[in-house]
Amino acid sequence: MPQRRHLIASAIIVLLLALVPLAGSRYAVDLTTEVMIYALFALSLNVLIGFTGNISFGHAAYFAIGGYACAILLTTYGWPLALALPAAVVLAGLVAAVVGYFCVRLTQIYFAMLTLAFAMLVWGVAFKWKEVTGGDDGFTGIKMPAMIAHHVGYFYFTLIVVAAGIAALWVICHSAFGLTLVAIRENSQRAGFIGVDTRHMRWAAFTVAGTFGGLAGALFGMYHRGMYIENAFWTESAQVLIMVLLGGIYSFIGPIIGAAVLHLLQTFTNQYTPYWPTVLGLILLVIVMVLPDGLIGLARRVKARRGRS
Amino acid sequence: MTAMLHIDGLWKSFAGFVATRDVSFELLAGETHAIIGPNGAGKTTFFNLITGHLRPDKGSVSFEGRDLVDLPPQKIVRLGIARSFQRINIYPRLTVFENVQVALIAHEGQQWNLFRPGRSLHRQGTQELLELVGLAPEALETAGELSYGKQKQLELAIALASQPRLLLLDEPTAGMSPQETGETIASVRDIVKARGLTLLFTEHDMSVVFGIAERISVLHHGEIIASGAPDAVRNDPEVKRVYLGEHGHV
Repeated sequence: MPQRRHLIASAIIVLLLALVPLAGSRYAVDLTTEVMIYALFALSLNVLIGFTGNISFGHAAYFAIGGYACAILLTTYGWPLALALPAAVVLAGLVAAVVGYFCVRLTQIYFAMLTLAFAMLVWGVAFKWKEVTGGDDGFTGIKMPAMIAHHVGYFYFTLIVVAAGIAALWVICHSAFGLTLVAIRENSQRAGFIGVDTRHMRWAAFTVAGTFGGLAGALFGMYHRGMYIENAFWTESAQVLIMVLLGGIYSFIGPIIGAAVLHLLQTFTNQYTPYWPTVLGLILLVIVMVLPDGLIGLARRVKARRGRS
Repeated sequence: MTAMLHIDGLWKSFAGFVATRDVSFELLAGETHAIIGPNGAGKTTFFNLITGHLRPDKGSVSFEGRDLVDLPPQKIVRLGIARSFQRINIYPRLTVFENVQVALIAHEGQQWNLFRPGRSLHRQGTQELLELVGLAPEALETAGELSYGKQKQLELAIALASQPRLLLLDEPTAGMSPQETGETIASVRDIVKARGLTLLFTEHDMSVVFGIAERISVLHHGEIIASGAPDAVRNDPEVKRVYLGEHGHV
């Protein structure tokens, strides 16, 4: 039974990750924390891209809303984490529901442009609403609960939250709902004529994506002890989109791989050269030219070729 | 027999071109009815007007007494009308099995279930439908890689998954070899009979039309110029002039 195999594999990965802090390297702990957060962020976007067939250019909006909301509730209002985090996630989901309501009326490039427009609006709010968000100085000095203030404590907190988030997304993507989304991606006219209200389904997918994107953002803000307007900028949306494409949109785990590879590459590249955007451009070029279905697609093709010979 | 589908004074035009001109039409419950007519006569438009893919400019369409005109396709299918499309209309990257499974999920209204694993639902129902259309051996193949004829069969299985009472087939044998055509028509006829379906179909192949239709309507320039039993239509002078004559005898 494949499901059981997946469960065992996931348990092993979580256990291995749990061992990372034992190596005693702060650098490794921090890097792994970042990768886990980006993995959740990329997976949330793939609910829209890979499963529903709608490309969003504005996913950073929900990441930023989750991040800012959690930071502000913790710090400005002194809420406990147990309330601030869920509230931030719900807020990101609600905003996604409102934005999605308009976006799913359009398809393809028009859909993508509208998601971008709304994301720039969110960026504008973060920039202008200085007394709440800190404007272009950023929102810094987040008050962290003592339990997760230490980097190792935060690592385990992130591991648990991300694992739970990924598990929830796995269930959603493989549910009857998820399979119907794939049908919409494949052929939305036909999906309509088996009795599926495709617009409502796409709206729901948009909301799910925004909700989990908000969760990733909340984790990100607390990890960095601050949120900055760059986190809401379109380049952030582009980066997560590239993570998804790099990993492969047609598999559940593709975006996790893409997030890990891209973030590690960025970190190592930055040690040697300031030209990360150039490297990013080259990666994008390679994806578009030779890896249309990402690293997962490449792995599948290699496997198929081995099987034949 | 009572009229299952009742169409009255239907008009549709596209940028000045009249595709459906004052069409009135009755489909009786349980009959097998063919719509024929030359290319561009408006057959597919006529189907699209019934299934909500197009909105008529004027006129009414009612199914079992319910007005269909302002309903979207996904509501109309739930009333018991299913269709296949002239051009292949499946989910190419899903397996053959999943293509049918999704239709059953949607029919049962389970598309909003975020927790039950989709691939575990309706396994038996899917298997039965695939056996019915002869696609059981291909169940795990990627739908987009099937032969053309088999994709048409898959379309039929998807349509049947909605448990329709009225089945609309838009050129079910277009692009098929003579052998595939024969097999498809035989299987359609058996299924329609076994399930007591009402069938409305368009078709180019006159041997198919006269082989299974109980009534035939002829569409020409968007108008129905004749409607009746096959023999009556075959001998209608107007039909002979505008349509059948061009193809020689029938």
